[in-house]
Amino acid sequence: MTNTEQQVSELIKREYEHGFVTDIEADSFEPGLNEDVIRRLSAIKNEPEFMLEWRLKAYRRWLTMEEPNWAHLNYPKIDFNAISYYSAPKRPEDMPQSLDEVDPELLRTYERLGIPLHEHAKLAGVAVDAVFDSVSVVTTFKEPLEKAGVIFCPISEAVQKYPELVQKYLGSVVPMGDNYFAALNSAVFSDGSFVYIPKGVRCPMELSTYFRINAANTGQFERTLIIAEDDSYVSYLEGCTAPMRDENQLHAAVVELVILDNAEIKYSTVQNWYPGDEHGKGGIYNFVTKRAACIGKNSKVSWTQVETGSAITWKYPSSVLRGEGSIGEFYSVALTHNYQQADTGTKMIHLGKNTTSTIISKGISAGRSSNTYRGLVKIGPGAEGARNFTECDSLLIGDQCAAHTFPYIEGSAKTAILEHEATTSKVSDEQMFLCRQRGIDPEQAVSMIVNGFCKSVFQELPMEFAVEAGKLLEVSLEGAVG
Amino acid sequence: MLSIKNLHASVEGKQILNGLSLEIKAGEVHAIMGPNGSGKSTLSQVLAGNEAFEVTEGEVLMDGTNLLDKATEVRAQEGLFLAFQYPVEIPGVSNMQFLHTSVNALRKHRGEPELNAAEFIKLARETSKQVDLDPSFLKRGVNEGFSGGEKKRNEIMQALLLQPRLAILDETDSGLDIDALKVVSDGVNALRSADRAILMITHYQRLLNYIVPDFVHVLSEGKIIKSGGRELALELEERGYGWLGIKDDAETAS
Repeated sequence: MTNTEQQVSELIKREYEHGFVTDIEADSFEPGLNEDVIRRLSAIKNEPEFMLEWRLKAYRRWLTMEEPNWAHLNYPKIDFNAISYYSAPKRPEDMPQSLDEVDPELLRTYERLGIPLHEHAKLAGVAVDAVFDSVSVVTTFKEPLEKAGVIFCPISEAVQKYPELVQKYLGSVVPMGDNYFAALNSAVFSDGSFVYIPKGVRCPMELSTYFRINAANTGQFERTLIIAEDDSYVSYLEGCTAPMRDENQLHAAVVELVILDNAEIKYSTVQNWYPGDEHGKGGIYNFVTKRAACIGKNSKVSWTQVETGSAITWKYPSSVLRGEGSIGEFYSVALTHNYQQADTGTKMIHLGKNTTSTIISKGISAGRSSNTYRGLVKIGPGAEGARNFTECDSLLIGDQCAAHTFPYIEGSAKTAILEHEATTSKVSDEQMFLCRQRGIDPEQAVSMIVNGFCKSVFQELPMEFAVEAGKLLEVSLEGAVG
Repeated sequence: MLSIKNLHASVEGKQILNGLSLEIKAGEVHAIMGPNGSGKSTLSQVLAGNEAFEVTEGEVLMDGTNLLDKATEVRAQEGLFLAFQYPVEIPGVSNMQFLHTSVNALRKHRGEPELNAAEFIKLARETSKQVDLDPSFLKRGVNEGFSGGEKKRNEIMQALLLQPRLAILDETDSGLDIDALKVVSDGVNALRSADRAILMITHYQRLLNYIVPDFVHVLSEGKIIKSGGRELALELEERGYGWLGIKDDAETAS
């Protein structure tokens, strides 16, 4: 091993800082999945009939489907009957009406995660929805948002309060039978966030959801639905963490974005699920379907993701550019180390005239990890004047990791212009020597080099989160150099 | 300040230094000359702590303590500076961030308060003017898109910024036109002081017209075979390395 590799492997050995377990009384289902489980889940959530029917239909569909195996991933077959499909902290029948009613243990959990649920805390100006296992525990800043006409609430609440919106849009972007994990999610999703931005409204603050898996043997299946009406704008961020456990845990989420004329959604993710230990034991299996439907003219979606966690990541935030002049952007940093495997990328489906998309993907592999970019740019027959620019860069730390790039291009209108650039580079011994010769210690040097590599993506994150993402990379790389 | 005794070193199994000894005192400027492959750059890499090089025998003391036991960054923090012959690029990391981190690492080691961004920018702007670099270079990536001359000026700028105890300049003159050479030399001369030593490594004597050394050493096959004053360099220029019985591949010495 060269000097840099040794340093990197030592840096990587540091522990995952969100690995604690909160000791909290919970109501959980016994492991197993069948129609009765879905009926119970729907009953606990007090759902209207249409919702139960939808779930059951999705479940029956799922039973006929096969787990996909085309991704560049290697993991044992998941036993879906060994998973509990519902776990919620015990508490009074009604949702807590204010923070005072929230279990203080839960508040402490979020404090330890650095997520202030107290509205005057440091992330002032960011409304937070906190989802703990299968339920949303609190949503902050509801009042000022309501004044602006913005709805921001747990999706379980939206099902009750805004059934017509949910019925209209749920599954409209990611149909229940879209893929294996989306079908599973449609059957058993437990909570998640719902956002509605009315016509002409610019959401007055950043919205953010934090997902926390706490209970053992429990899967998390959250569902997020965001609707941006004509001429509206919202910036939304999700963050995720989980305790350190030896068993793998399943997270299968679905995110649907609906974007109408001249509206824009900026969707940022800082994914820090437990990645497993240095021998590849434990960690979250993250199988996520995220898609935006840019239906309106000149509508825009911008996906920014920083992925450092999970044992397995299977995730391709996509943009369906239907509206004329609509824009899709995808900015991604995916870091893998130890035995982590990531197969992630995006799909840009150009259907409307003069639609444009930009893809900037930065993959960083360290340890024995495998990091794959998989991207599709599809140009439909009506997508005259479509344009795409793709840039995929891989950075290798050490020589036991792997980086793969699978760019796919399908169809092509004659007037479409597609550009693709790809690079692979290494954190070199020379770079490390230069930094250390200037008195910079190896950890700081690797972190600086990696942050430099990711700069063009971090610039796309909301400011507070860009700082968070930079720190997260630093923590994730700790032990990579010593 | 620096005492090198019987230093042997190899890289990738190939022995390069074969018993090199050298004493350098504070305030002195030494020049090491020699043909390509004589071990000049290896000496600078070994002193700075490049782990690709292995010390097989001998010792090096800096200010009385064993230099070779110390990690690269500790040597730097204690005042050893190497101006690289071919500084590597670090894409996306600005000079500003890189140098700010470096300056603060050294200050921290000395127990001095770290400089905030505003204080650092002021210092960096002033220093960059000394080597005729437009302060806008601070926003650019480390050595990214720099011309050969800019890279060299950047290295000297860093020496001025970090104020080392011992500055090792590895072929700082190579690839410079006469104007750039003058700027770089002015920078190095500004570094000269009673409590600092400078070790210049060069193939050509041209540089020594601008930075006049106190001592000149000729390196051949990993050993110093002749030492003298300024006049030794002039004699080498006139008579070539062949005069000392050394074969020089680069015939164009000027």
